[in-house]
Amino acid sequence: MKLTGAQILCESLLKEGVDTIFGYPGGQVLPLYHTLTQYPKLRHILVRHEQGAVHAADAYARVTGRIGVCLATSGPGATNLITGLANAYIDSVPMVAVTGQVPRAMIGRDAFQEADITGITIPITKHNYLVMDIGDLARTVKEAFYIAGTGRPGPVLIDLPRDIQQEVTEFHYPARVTLPGYKPTLAGNPLQIKKAAKLLAEAKKPVLIAGHGVRISGAYLELKHLAEALQLPVITTLLGISAFPESHELSFGMMGMHGSAYANMAVTGCDLIIAVGMRFDDRATGKIAAFAPHAKVIHVDIDPAEIGKNVKVDVPIVGDVKAVLVELNKEIAAKRHDDWLAQIRDWKQQFPSGFEIRESSTILPQYVIRKIWETTKGDATVVTGVGQHQMFAAQHFFYDKPNSFITSGGLGTMGFELPAAFGAQTGLPGQTVWCIAGDGSFQMTVQELGTIRQENAPVKIAIINNGYLGMVRQWQELFYERNYSATPLWCPDFVGISQAYSIPAECVTQKTEVVPAIERAMAAQGPYIINFVVEPEENVYPMVPPGAGIDQILHEPGKEAS
Amino acid sequence: MASNKHTIVALVADRPGVLNRMASLFRRRGFNIDSIAVGHSETPHLSRMTIVAEGSDTQVEQIRKQVEKIVDVIRVQDISGLNIVSRELALIKVKSTPETRSEIMQIVDIFRAKIVDVSADSLMVEATGDEEKVDSLYNLLKSFGIKEISRTGRIAMARGDQGGRRDEGDV
Repeated sequence: MKLTGAQILCESLLKEGVDTIFGYPGGQVLPLYHTLTQYPKLRHILVRHEQGAVHAADAYARVTGRIGVCLATSGPGATNLITGLANAYIDSVPMVAVTGQVPRAMIGRDAFQEADITGITIPITKHNYLVMDIGDLARTVKEAFYIAGTGRPGPVLIDLPRDIQQEVTEFHYPARVTLPGYKPTLAGNPLQIKKAAKLLAEAKKPVLIAGHGVRISGAYLELKHLAEALQLPVITTLLGISAFPESHELSFGMMGMHGSAYANMAVTGCDLIIAVGMRFDDRATGKIAAFAPHAKVIHVDIDPAEIGKNVKVDVPIVGDVKAVLVELNKEIAAKRHDDWLAQIRDWKQQFPSGFEIRESSTILPQYVIRKIWETTKGDATVVTGVGQHQMFAAQHFFYDKPNSFITSGGLGTMGFELPAAFGAQTGLPGQTVWCIAGDGSFQMTVQELGTIRQENAPVKIAIINNGYLGMVRQWQELFYERNYSATPLWCPDFVGISQAYSIPAECVTQKTEVVPAIERAMAAQGPYIINFVVEPEENVYPMVPPGAGIDQILHEPGKEAS
Repeated sequence: MASNKHTIVALVADRPGVLNRMASLFRRRGFNIDSIAVGHSETPHLSRMTIVAEGSDTQVEQIRKQVEKIVDVIRVQDISGLNIVSRELALIKVKSTPETRSEIMQIVDIFRAKIVDVSADSLMVEATGDEEKVDSLYNLLKSFGIKEISRTGRIAMARGDQGGRRDEGDV
């Protein structure tokens, strides 16, 4: 049967199992939008800005493990995807973005709403396509989904000229892809795995660092088995949070700039690191020259280019985390490291800072997060923006549920939380999604309240409102002579804004009202917003100053080790 | 970490934008490309690129791995450590007068280069060889006055069967 390009795209999306598209219409995708109504199985969700579409698709992909799909028109529609594509690229999120393009005959003539989106997105997509022949369309979609979802996942963009959406041809969906230049390695090299097992058997003070790759690969049980069999202290990166239950006795929390002191000291003092699905980001490692000076390093990652990129590696293992851990677990014998674990627990006793919340008459941001954790009993997916509230959400909510912490790690995208919380809720209907927002970050994508209202998504939104761009202010306080340049932030009446969007909301200024407000939010059927007015100049501790080694820890004043 | 010139050879799909992807990757990772040369390979729809870039072994290894990730790149190899043949082609238009013409022709002859065009006041010289040879010829011709020069950049291949295969077992 002959189909139009627009129909071919829709049929292909159905073949890939897509049921949800986040998008925004425009001139060069009109044929596609005209066709979408013939495909009721493809639920199109209208966002308020293309950036909302790409972040929603991103979080949808992270919570479901499926490929997020977003759709935008040419030119400004396409360029509004840039931040979200870069975000998905650096955090390895599987995504297919479809953009409209001006008709082929107009390409290169600076036509109305023309942008060279494939040129622009080369450095921030795993791969991209400009479809110039309708005969290539079905194959392109097949390849795009395959590339986005296999190996190290990432965003793939398909740019589709308007005339191709209207052209007609026979539809054949290819059964398989042929990409001679693309062959991800899934199984780890058996010899390297044996070497790793040997190092693990010899180590006296080993540390297991779990990253995002554990979550992407779904290797929770394999990781737990490895940690328990060898009694390894487990430390996570920011994106590794919720890869390992934090209530586990072997869990020692997050490392890095705002990681716990004892996690950073364990990494600094260890004699062996087994790093699993993480990429040694500078926010995790601190100054590389001072990073784990006594340690040998085993690095498991699906991307060969990650190995040896930032840190010298003794045993490289390229492969899918789960596949590698299954094999590694066969090679190991049970072992204990009681002295080493006792040492780390001792550090934990000495430096509990960051996890104790001091008494305060005002509402502390940490207190809000802790109460959300207690009230939900931890049974929630937490989505954050970027800044102080993000770090408090990482430190003070304890994640036992696998894959329950969704945050913009690598790119640090302010404004991620609201559309991402909506995307996560779309992927997890019936489950509790809490959006932890900063007053600054929230205002970057506040218009997505319209999407949340239109879809009646029951997202619970906690704005941690300190009246500042909090993390920047903290740096100004500590490193720029308290010169608060451009960080005090006038905020609108968030309750009034919520009312305008017909979303129930309240403002909490009293500590006694924190828990009742959280309970009211949870009891509400649909979305609910709480504006928590918190202590304006609260800082995130512990903190490793930028450029220092991760054991050079700034503790909260008055909480240095006794 | 010695910083030196590396010769990287890549077999790539012959599609629009591949050169852009490659150049963009080098630029983004802070690498300067000394030269890049592309042409058809022995296989239809595949091209072979020779890239010369300067950097430490670790840096170049990182770039090689990043290049390998480009979907349109079939395989890539740093052949610097191997026994290789490398060539570049240069066309040099040099000023000449009836008095200097024979002297220029002698120099060209010594370098086994060729005169490919003659005009009243210039000669065009075609030279192939490694960069040093082309440089030496250029330096000698300079004293006569160079009107124009065009060089291809390096193309290279490993001798025997050292190259041409995917690197096995590396990461």
